[in-house]
Amino acid sequence: MKTISTTRFPIPRASVRRWLQAAALALAVIVFMGASDTGTRFKDLGHRMMCACGCGQILLECNHVGCTYSDKMRDQLQAGLDKGNNDDLILQGFVQEYGPTVIAAPTATGFNRVAWIMPFAALAFGIAFVIYVVRSWKNRPTPALADGIMIPHGNELDEFRRRARKETDL
Amino acid sequence: MSQIGSFALMLALGLSAYSFLAGLVALFGKDAASARLGETARRAGIATFAAVLLAGIVLVAAAFNDDFSIAYIFHHSNRELPLAYKFAVLWSGQEGSLLFWSLLLAGYGFVLRLRYKTDQRLFAYASVIIASVQVFFLLILNFAARPFGVMQGPLPPDGTGLNPLLQYPEMVIHPPMLYLGYVGFTVPFAFALGALIMKYPGEKWIHITRRWTMVTWCFLTIGVFLGAHWAYAVLGWGGYWGWDPVENASLMPWLTGTAFLHSVMMQEKRGMLKVWNMALIFATFLLSMLGTFLTRSGVISSVHAFAQSSIGTWFLVFIGLTIAVCTYFLVLNRAHLKSEHKLESLASRESSFLFNNLLLLVVCFTILWGTFFPILSEFVQGHKVTVGPPFFNRVAVPVALLLLLLTAVGPLLAWRKTSLESLKRNFLFPAVGSLAVGGMMILFGVRPWEDPSYFYATMAAVLAALVIFTVISEFLRGGRVIAGKTDQNLVSAMVQLCHRNTRRYGGYIVHFGVALVIIGILGTPFNKEVEKEMGFGDQINIGPYTLVCQSYTQDDNPNYGNEWAIINVFRGGKQITTMYPERRFYKASQQPQTLPRIYPSFREDLFLVTDVYLVYEGKNETTGRPIIKAHLNPLVPWIWIGLIIMVFGTIVALVPNAAVVRVAATTPVREPAHVGAGD
Repeated sequence: MKTISTTRFPIPRASVRRWLQAAALALAVIVFMGASDTGTRFKDLGHRMMCACGCGQILLECNHVGCTYSDKMRDQLQAGLDKGNNDDLILQGFVQEYGPTVIAAPTATGFNRVAWIMPFAALAFGIAFVIYVVRSWKNRPTPALADGIMIPHGNELDEFRRRARKETDL
Repeated sequence: MSQIGSFALMLALGLSAYSFLAGLVALFGKDAASARLGETARRAGIATFAAVLLAGIVLVAAAFNDDFSIAYIFHHSNRELPLAYKFAVLWSGQEGSLLFWSLLLAGYGFVLRLRYKTDQRLFAYASVIIASVQVFFLLILNFAARPFGVMQGPLPPDGTGLNPLLQYPEMVIHPPMLYLGYVGFTVPFAFALGALIMKYPGEKWIHITRRWTMVTWCFLTIGVFLGAHWAYAVLGWGGYWGWDPVENASLMPWLTGTAFLHSVMMQEKRGMLKVWNMALIFATFLLSMLGTFLTRSGVISSVHAFAQSSIGTWFLVFIGLTIAVCTYFLVLNRAHLKSEHKLESLASRESSFLFNNLLLLVVCFTILWGTFFPILSEFVQGHKVTVGPPFFNRVAVPVALLLLLLTAVGPLLAWRKTSLESLKRNFLFPAVGSLAVGGMMILFGVRPWEDPSYFYATMAAVLAALVIFTVISEFLRGGRVIAGKTDQNLVSAMVQLCHRNTRRYGGYIVHFGVALVIIGILGTPFNKEVEKEMGFGDQINIGPYTLVCQSYTQDDNPNYGNEWAIINVFRGGKQITTMYPERRFYKASQQPQTLPRIYPSFREDLFLVTDVYLVYEGKNETTGRPIIKAHLNPLVPWIWIGLIIMVFGTIVALVPNAAVVRVAATTPVREPAHVGAGD
């Protein structure tokens, strides 16, 4: 009896092994990258939070003498990282302990989204407004001229510009 | 002494109120009696300056004489405070700084009223408006924030001293500069509002106020940067800008003032944007008031919360009234502000100014929005949120980069219309140069695709280079033309070029300074820091530097006791300097303060200059050894050099043009015709 292969394009076993090995290696790299990258995460998260002492400074930049919060908070952050908690979990823990003002920028949730949207909305509105103004100015009728005055256009205007530039351009 | 000061302030209030009311009444009449009344108002305005000056002198004298019977002196000075800081007491606390505000305003008003013959009617309007602002500040000084309030009970033997953060040399100059800027914008505001109310014909009021505006802008620029340098040199966190609400408050009027300085040229040259310019100068004045309100009210928490009280309500009422008056006259007299010309092309200097204004205002709006969002959030959500550096960096930086692009491209565009051919011709050298800078950065290991901060740094470098090459090419092109015509060498030709059109080329120099400031800022993603407890001979290796602790010791003087470390700095095995990071403990205020030490590596690196920044963080109580935090901050010194160049450029722009076309005219010529290209 003839055996029918269920695979349309059979893959050699050696190739599969190589792919699996590569995937495992990539996974290991990512895992170890994460593990060795605690310092970077510490720096990143530490710059996304404020010191809770009220000094108004970023957690890792608070250095005022006698601060009773910053050392404790840094230790908490390091402990969270050592436990293997993800960023959201760590930030959540800080919010629960110190309140929402501990996060250095509004989160992209709920009403806080407005904080992020408004500046770009203002930019978009401003650009649209300037384009509208420029268009309406361009379409504005030219003021009536006294008899005998002709406004140069096209090549004639370019020629005037060339002459003027030659005589006055610095 | 307090009685003399209080009397002087009361007298000043009476005089300024008279100056305002009599001046206002005189504006309505056209007969000789009204003119005489107006003259008495002008003189009362001048006398106001004398009275406020007397009050200021009394307060400083009280500080010098350790007169602790005055509550303000008790709270902001002490016997052992150095004389310079005793002088700075005038602006170290709320009441004193409001008195200083009032004094500067009276000083500006004094100069303005002496120069009234330039245009008596317009100056009379401006004088009344300034008097109204003066009345507001003197009302606060007399009734809400009295600098000459006396201590109750027995006389204290010594004061509680000045806040340690403020005991730094820049404290003596940073606030006056900032205040000269804030207060100075009252003058162009007064002229603008006056011109609007009286429907002043033509643009002469802009010519009159141009120098005022530029000088004021220059003071504000110096004030903002000195504030950044003070934060860098005193706060000890290794940075210079923390997006603190009060820092933001000083930046906002600077942004609108910068927009005004650009767009006002369109009104001068083309009779356009009249409503816009009015709105801008009104906004600049209002933002200056808002800045003072933020510093003084405590409505938003800030590291600058040196003095907070309930005078915020006064400011809110005044700001509200000002908005109402400005809006009323803007709507009433809008027909007077019709544009005289139309815009011909998008590729023109006019549209570049429009976009420049747009971007400056978007940055300003972003900062205003971010500063007040916590209050809005509390109102809507019931709790405050923090809007700190991550927000501002993410939102304002991309817009600022667009602005930098316009700074580079704008000067290459001609008024009315620019041909593609001339744009290509002018743009080629700067574009190639700036792309080469970007390529070099990648070549030297910066990977903009790896991290957003590296991407922004690379973009900022490319655009800053574009600005620099644009400025250089403009100078070279003009210099060559003059050199060719006058047989001078290129350098003296460029100097002459600059002198022929100081405003245009002074502006280019300011742009050059701005580009250097950007270069200084773009080093931030490459900062490094290491913290370590250091015993004798211990080392910190950071970048190419080795820091060796030679010793640590302590000292004492009547004002403070201190601990400091002696750190030798080595590079390539060679000692290059010794630094003394320090921590002080001020006796009168019983407050500690760290004082970082900074070494800029000009001798070693020149262009890629780096600050070695050392902070004495404290002492390990067990071992007794100092804990030192070392920062390497690349390129930061370029920020301060950029400031110096910006100030130099503004001074150049203030110099009158050298060569004017001499016209043997039979009829008087109102404005001299400038030789050279347009601004």
